Amino acid sequence: MKPAAFDYLVPQTVAGAVDALAAGAQVLAGGQSLLLEMHLQRAHPALVADINRVPGLDTLTVVDGTLTVGALVRHKTFESPGAVPGPLGDLFARAVGYIAHPPIRARGTMTGNLAWAHPASEWCALAVALDAVVELRSTRGTREIPAEDYFLGPFQTARDPDELLTAVRYPLLAPDTGVAFTEHRRTGFSFAQVAVGAALTVREGVITGARIGLANCADRPLRAHNAERTLIGSEPSQPVFTAAGEAAAERDAAPVPEPYADVDYRRHVVAVLVARTLREAAPV
Amino acid sequence: MRITLTVNDAAYPLEVEPRRVLADALRDDCGLTGTHLGCEQGVCGACTVLVDGEAVRSCLMLAVQCDGVPIRTVEGLTGPDGQPHPLQRAFSAERGLQCGFCTPGFLMLAAGALDHDLSENEVADLVRSNLCRCTGYEPIRRAITRAAHAHQNGQDGRHRSV
Ligand SMILES: Cc1cc2nc3c(=O)[nH]c(=O)nc-3n(C[C@H](O)[C@H](O)[C@H](O)COP(=O)(O)OP(=O)(O)OC[C@H]3O[C@@H](n4cnc5c(N)ncnc54)[C@H](O)[C@@H]3O)c2cc1C
Ligand code: FES
Ligand code: FES
Repeated sequence: MKPAAFDYLVPQTVAGAVDALAAGAQVLAGGQSLLLEMHLQRAHPALVADINRVPGLDTLTVVDGTLTVGALVRHKTFESPGAVPGPLGDLFARAVGYIAHPPIRARGTMTGNLAWAHPASEWCALAVALDAVVELRSTRGTREIPAEDYFLGPFQTARDPDELLTAVRYPLLAPDTGVAFTEHRRTGFSFAQVAVGAALTVREGVITGARIGLANCADRPLRAHNAERTLIGSEPSQPVFTAAGEAAAERDAAPVPEPYADVDYRRHVVAVLVARTLREAAPV
Repeated sequence: MRITLTVNDAAYPLEVEPRRVLADALRDDCGLTGTHLGCEQGVCGACTVLVDGEAVRSCLMLAVQCDGVPIRTVEGLTGPDGQPHPLQRAFSAERGLQCGFCTPGFLMLAAGALDHDLSENEVADLVRSNLCRCTGYEPIRRAITRAAHAHQNGQDGRHRSV
């Protein structure tokens, strides 16, 4: 099918984009989800604001230990671990390889992905695990929302329709943090059945910090708080990681049944993948 | 809207609706039917072309987004001398095609990557990006690897970027 007719605006500034949204426009960023939905006739915006020509939105900046990702930074940027300083860059580079494939990554944006809020999204799971904050701007002003309060359900967020997601911010990870990302999917093309991102800090032989993000383990991206709590204060070991995996599967995940993956199967995969991800992340 | 698509260095002044995707504009308005459309969902890759030097899905871009941006399609791979591009020769040598439906997409996908030094993993990632229902992929992987080696060793007689 083909997209339904719409009017097309190309704002040249953030203020212009925000005005377009106030007039009812829907944002076109990478277009890798929006145009697909329009082909499928599941989205039919009357007015589209293409933000691709707004200068300044395509930048990554680091100030005082905080990374800011602008609304036009493409997935592809994160393929290079050096694009973002320290273990955070390493974690993003490990995750991005699971997102679609190179031609989609050349267009799709991290911020558009957070606006889209697919429950299986790798970026969304990392955003909640890493205490990311989204910056939203409208004609009413600017506000910031922590990622854990931002995702409300499948394709549902706390963003109002007239708000532009201008940037996402992440605190950088300490240099001694170990990171890993693993994913289980049916084929190389599929969205994640389960994906897990982890960041572990081990000091003097004891786990002092743990962040675990889960994709497609509930109706929204999750941070596995219960699993993280089992880790803090323990020495990294296989039994400790296995116990954390079980905690994530039983107490954090709330999987919804999918074709090819019922709830029991998915809990099993969560337990296995969380333990495996932690083992990979444990700095040796 | 009035736009000008610059495809393979030729200008195509067009009047298109905003909803027209790049693939349809190339095929139906420019008459360049080498670019194929399979799924229109970003999955199959038959529609892959270079926009500003980068391989993208032309079913997931609007023609109006490409006003004034250089585009290269499979028709632009052949050199000015009419000789096939090294990638096309490699696909032929390795039997990288049977029905040929997926071939323009694979060629443009590889053309976008040929200027980097391609590792084995990167070639695998590329081959995974598009669908082929005939070859079983291995001949395509060999063809891209062959062309990449020739390119890196300067044996393809062609150091211009595609
Ligand atoms: C074949 C294929 C495979 C894919 N595989 C994966 C995968 O494995 N994992 C994954 O996570 N994703 C996957 N995706 C989706 C891809 O990552 C998209 O790029 C991403 O979800 C959306 O980003 P975008 O920039 O393309 O946004 P768009 O498609 O432009 O927009 C998506 C939605 O968000 C809104 N929006 C975008 N930017 C903003 C903004 N700044 N402010 C307010 N609203 C905004 C749009 O209005 C629209 O509703 C896949 C896509 C395809 C086509
Ligand atoms: S037609 Fe564009 S990816 Fe299939
Ligand atoms: S050669 Fe027939 S689909 Fe690839």
